[in-house]
Amino acid sequence: MPMTTNERPLSPHLQIYKVELPMLLSGLHRITGIALSVGSILLVAWILSAVHSAEAFAGMNRFLGGFIGQFVLFGWTFSLIYHSVSGIRHLIWDTGRLLEVKQIYSSSKIVVAITIVLTLLAWILGGGFPGGGI
Amino acid sequence: MKYRNPLAIARGLGSAKDGLGHWWMQRLTSIALVPLVFWFVVSIIALAGQDRAHVLAWMNSPFHGVVLSLFLVTALYHANLGLQAVFEDYIQARWLQLVSRIAAGFAAVFLGFAGVFALLKLAFGG
Repeated sequence: MPMTTNERPLSPHLQIYKVELPMLLSGLHRITGIALSVGSILLVAWILSAVHSAEAFAGMNRFLGGFIGQFVLFGWTFSLIYHSVSGIRHLIWDTGRLLEVKQIYSSSKIVVAITIVLTLLAWILGGGFPGGGI
Repeated sequence: MKYRNPLAIARGLGSAKDGLGHWWMQRLTSIALVPLVFWFVVSIIALAGQDRAHVLAWMNSPFHGVVLSLFLVTALYHANLGLQAVFEDYIQARWLQLVSRIAAGFAAVFLGFAGVFALLKLAFGG
């Protein structure tokens, strides 16, 4: 008996839908969440290095100041700020607000704008960019 | 003819009754993390470029030491809940799902204890 499973209708899946901002942001919330979970290792390593010794702390700062370290740190900052801003929107959704389709689209743009501004602001104030720092 | 009541087959296959606990703890940690993340980002900006003595003094102050511990533990708890959902969604094999959850849980507890122990050691000497 021949198998006819490939004739069966398929339920809609990820590649069927047109890519829209709210959908991208939903995925980004998860990805940044995973990144932050892994990034918690870095936070603990930073605390341990500071408490352990001057050498360990200097080594940690050398790593964080290097090209890879700066890249990781920028990703860490972006992930933390995006996940927090997006998370606040999730908490608002939990109260039953901003759930109209139009509001989902407009709040998506607001989340992106706030994330970009706060991430850049954090790096300028933190002195991560040349000429910055307080 | 089957005499077995359909209910007998369905029993034990329903909700594990702990879904709300997961959902609620995720919201509770989220709410706690809003001010904690704000405090953390502001603190890190102020600490950027400072020497070790400055960083240690910050960690050693009763307020910042306690809040840093709270931030670390709350974030790890929240991360563990999030990772659990991710594993359940993307890992099909039950054994691998379980192994991942156990590994992530152990890692979170280890990181939390290591971080808090370091801060306590700093605070109480040794």
